Amino acid sequence: MTLFLFLTFFISNVVVAQEVYQTPEDFLKEAFQNTVPEPRLLWLTGERQKVAEQILGHKSTSLRIRYWKMGEKSAWILDEVGKDEPITTGVIINQDKIEQLKVLIFRESRGWEIKYPFFTDQFKETQLKADFNLNKTIDGISGATLSVKALQKVARLALYLHQQTALEKL
Amino acid sequence: MAFFKKKSFQLNVLTLSLLTAFNIHAAEPVPSNQKILDLIEAQQKELEALKAQLKQSEQRTEQKVEAVSTMVEKQQTTSPSWVTNSRFGGYGEIHYNNLKNDGAKGDLKEIDFHRFVLYFGHHFNDSIRFHSEVEYEHSLIGEGKPGELEIEQAYLDFDINPNLTIRGGLFILPIGMINETHEPNVFYGVERNPVENKIIPTTWWEGGVNIMGKVPTIAGLQYDLALHSALAVPKDNYTIRSGRQKVASAKANNLATTARLKYTGIKGLELATSLYYQNDISQELDPKAGSGLLWEAHADYQIQNFKIKGLYAHWKLDGEGPKATGKDKQYGWYIEPSYKISDQIGVFARYNEWDNGAATGKESRYRQYDVGINYWAHPNVVIKADYQHQNGPAGSDLYKGFNLGLGYQFF
Repeated sequence: MTLFLFLTFFISNVVVAQEVYQTPEDFLKEAFQNTVPEPRLLWLTGERQKVAEQILGHKSTSLRIRYWKMGEKSAWILDEVGKDEPITTGVIINQDKIEQLKVLIFRESRGWEIKYPFFTDQFKETQLKADFNLNKTIDGISGATLSVKALQKVARLALYLHQQTALEKL
Repeated sequence: MAFFKKKSFQLNVLTLSLLTAFNIHAAEPVPSNQKILDLIEAQQKELEALKAQLKQSEQRTEQKVEAVSTMVEKQQTTSPSWVTNSRFGGYGEIHYNNLKNDGAKGDLKEIDFHRFVLYFGHHFNDSIRFHSEVEYEHSLIGEGKPGELEIEQAYLDFDINPNLTIRGGLFILPIGMINETHEPNVFYGVERNPVENKIIPTTWWEGGVNIMGKVPTIAGLQYDLALHSALAVPKDNYTIRSGRQKVASAKANNLATTARLKYTGIKGLELATSLYYQNDISQELDPKAGSGLLWEAHADYQIQNFKIKGLYAHWKLDGEGPKATGKDKQYGWYIEPSYKISDQIGVFARYNEWDNGAATGKESRYRQYDVGINYWAHPNVVIKADYQHQNGPAGSDLYKGFNLGLGYQFF
């Protein structure tokens, strides 16, 4: 009976528990000092689509990816599933290097430790190698392997897409 | 496109006509400036009209592409809700063991599709999720066959707030390292380590409720507190592993409690400790049996490509029955350093020690040394090879030799 009451209490108090560490809007404002440029679209077609698939390990569900760019700096808000749920990550690229990577919304039941700066700070100054891998090793977190992998993919994709924006007509 | 070609053709014809007209009538009087200006003006107007049509056409094309793209993307995300809100995956591993043994069971030389697991999950809404794993062990089930078909996980998670989740159903107990995270591509060695197999005993699942929380004031600190079904350890040998009821019409005269504290607040580090307590280890079937208490602690630390893991687990069984057989104390520990030579290749060594009859007064301790290599053909596909060497009580089954394995995971 106690167990039943206990469960009833908690279930009746269930609320949305996705963890929003920072909204994408606030992330962009912070990145561009409140002067967020107009978003642009980058099409994932042809070779780009192939590379994106190689990086993600699966087909992208988007044909276009929205980004924000000012000078040499671009911002990307990307979703990638760890095991079950998408992790929303913000990435700022400046001159082909990661300036900041931040977990914005976490929905998985495990692996939430990736939100900590001790983990995300490892991506700072990271660049993309010719084989589309990162140029430095990212230390994992025990028990959060899938979330760690998801963030590594997001970092590689953002770096690749940033390179591709240089080929776009402005 | 045909439209533009047509218009371009018309312009060319017009230009050609003008030139031809000038040539044919070269001998005729030169047209007045006004006439030439009129012709240029007419051409200009034609060009302006063409530009406007081109712009309109571009806009229409963009609109069409936008509409098609939106539709394609939507098709990928607006399938029936049971499809878009469900996840499917699995993992599996096939092993080849080539082990010599001078004991009663003899050599072990076999190929076994050890585990074939299908995962299914469903997302009811942002705060209620279902997860399940169905495991097919040893390939073939039935009377006299080696295999088993088991539901290893089937639970619902209810998120109460960002720091608190209630789990209800059939779930894996939060004890040890490999019990919860055991896909073949995430650990070294073809077979799972013997300490967590013989002592904890992984894979160990029960039915009940687990309160899982994060301590908001201490970054990286989380806890589990679970009330669930329990072991029914047989009185003839008090072997912990044989006591798993697997939530299959399980006797529930005595429930058990598991608590865990886990800290992951420092880069590369995991520290955790768990306690399991059960009032009657035999589910009241053995009057000589008493309570069971398991304490487990482990550490996992990674620095760059080097990693070291260590685990200790200890059972204390109360009651005259376990005491009389020397099984009232059972323990095990291991230490495993490993090094990733590249993203694809890692090597490891492991020392394991365990004793399921530590109070018998005679030698009952087993030791196993392992060295091996993992090759990740893909982050989720692994090929493994290792060598193992066991020492233990004289006359017992002690396996020495090599193992090969192939494993995968997808989700």
